[in-house]
Amino acid sequence: MASAASIFAVEDGRAFVLRAEGSWLVGDAGPLDGRLRQLRLPSGRQVQLDLAGVDRLDTAGAWLVLRTEQALEARGNTVAVTNVRPSFAPLLAQLREHGAVSPLPHPIPPHHTFIGFLARLGEVTTMLARRGYAMLGFGGLVFTTIARLSWRPGRLRLTATFVQMEQTGLDAMPIVGMLSFLVGVVMAYQGADQLRRFGAEIYTVNLLGISILRELGVLLAAIIIAGRSGSAFTAQIGTMQVNQEIDALHTLGLDPVEVLVLPRVFGLMLTLPLLVFYADAMGLLGGCLMTWGTLGINVPAFLDQLRGAITMWTLWIGVIKAPFFAAIISMVGCYEGFNVTGSADSVGRLTTQSVVESIFLVIVADAAFSILFSLLHI
Amino acid sequence: MDGAPDDIVIRVKGLETRFGQQIVHDGLDLEVRRGEVIGVVGGSGSGKSVLLRAIIGLKRPDAGEIDVLGREVWRLDEAAARELERRWGVLFQDGALFSSLTVMQNIEVPLREHCPMPARLMDEIATCKIALVGLPEASGDKFPAQLSGGMRKRAGLARALALDPEILFLDEPTAGLDPIAAAEFDRLIGDLKASLGLTVFLVTHDLDTLYAICDRIAVLVDKRIRVGTLAQHLQDPDPWFQAYFHGPRARAALAAGAAAAQPVAPAGARIG
Repeated sequence: MASAASIFAVEDGRAFVLRAEGSWLVGDAGPLDGRLRQLRLPSGRQVQLDLAGVDRLDTAGAWLVLRTEQALEARGNTVAVTNVRPSFAPLLAQLREHGAVSPLPHPIPPHHTFIGFLARLGEVTTMLARRGYAMLGFGGLVFTTIARLSWRPGRLRLTATFVQMEQTGLDAMPIVGMLSFLVGVVMAYQGADQLRRFGAEIYTVNLLGISILRELGVLLAAIIIAGRSGSAFTAQIGTMQVNQEIDALHTLGLDPVEVLVLPRVFGLMLTLPLLVFYADAMGLLGGCLMTWGTLGINVPAFLDQLRGAITMWTLWIGVIKAPFFAAIISMVGCYEGFNVTGSADSVGRLTTQSVVESIFLVIVADAAFSILFSLLHI
Repeated sequence: MDGAPDDIVIRVKGLETRFGQQIVHDGLDLEVRRGEVIGVVGGSGSGKSVLLRAIIGLKRPDAGEIDVLGREVWRLDEAAARELERRWGVLFQDGALFSSLTVMQNIEVPLREHCPMPARLMDEIATCKIALVGLPEASGDKFPAQLSGGMRKRAGLARALALDPEILFLDEPTAGLDPIAAAEFDRLIGDLKASLGLTVFLVTHDLDTLYAICDRIAVLVDKRIRVGTLAQHLQDPDPWFQAYFHGPRARAALAAGAAAAQPVAPAGARIG
């Protein structure tokens, strides 16, 4: 009963007849569309579109009928759609009434042309500038809130701050410790391998001490925290934004920056230096065990060499950077969270963006610190 | 399609659903005839949406049989289930549009999946559906987040209609719409039913919708369903029925429904 949809052109004396047959349903629309496009349509004639052979018709089929009719009329034919079953009439009428028209053909996507490429480059540049500006604005907002709060320090939410410290610091200890330990092991192994050629393997300890304390410990901790807590900040605040919880805070007379941002910023600024110290210790431990294993430098000898290699400042240079990195990570995380609009889709997108941005900014800040320290001859 | 006028498209027999200790449906029976609009009502938490989810294969019932279009929904293999799913369309409460796709792309998802066809024809059919549900043409390129609630529902309806289903399931189609938009939506469903020959299964709280477009009303009380026309329900002495169909809101809606009853066309047209 359900025969394939088809259409035939028949010359019938003076009239030109298009005879449609079969089930004009969406499942057969593809082949039927090809068949219709191949038809050689006449122009300036009387055309009859005969639907007598059509046993089933759905929206897709009805659209194809209408499209054919429109195409014929566009070529100056007078068209009569005949033998329409009464049950199809409402559908055709409704489609006609709603003015179903062919969509405009998709233009070439603009970014595929050279001008389009330039335009996109400009767009991205201004977008980045605007985003930087907005982020700076957010930083300013946070600082004014801190300044306002310093008059009434009682309003700082201590409980929330401690909760954040636990989640971002204490809970991150296993992963930070583990990774620092492993990096220490790898550094020691590679350093020993290279330095042995010069008979200078004892300097592996100096290499370890300086690189871990000054750079690796703090960078590693900051990057792990950016991935772990920065993303969490964006997701938490973003979900609240989707749920209109941020709006609810406003209407209840609470300042979202005070309630949500400051505990996160302060919490992270307090915990990251501690985490860095811990990462330093674990990294050195890993290095120490590895040098013992490969070079036979035992623990007292290691410590002895280390004492000669580093000063108190070497440790401080790493730790001092931590609060700044913490501020960057937490503020970027919160800022992107507030940027979430409407859909669940944007929470995911902005979470990714927040992690990428905060790691980028942390490394830029680290480079800036290096320049600063070299100017200060530390 | 062919068959007697009262042939049954959905048959639920002895349905039982439970969430842990809580029994939602207990021996529920329901029959839906081809070409009718059936409205399911009941108090909050009475299991209307659960019933809908059981019928469309999203929540496995604990006992009982569910036949849709002559197939047992819960005893089908993968391929047969896909085949059956093509023949119904579902509009979820807030449209459930894919938020990363434009309206046009949303409508094209089922087309792309089930009916291979040239991209241009797909665009044409999607444009058709957009026009059919009364959305402005420009909304095709918009993302769901850029649309109002009412427009999202229309877009969801367009996606549900993409494959010209035989049965349309609607979960609270007018919830969250203003009265004008809700009335328009009711009329749209009435029109579509007339032109596409749809069977419509709708879960609703909206009394106006019930009075305006439903042929029969299924009432979910005491874990079972009682089906009847509005006139029958109005006479039911059960206190819940009295409260539901004779409350102040119901009376207002009934008056409005009676006033609107004349212009509504007898929607008997069915596609052969």
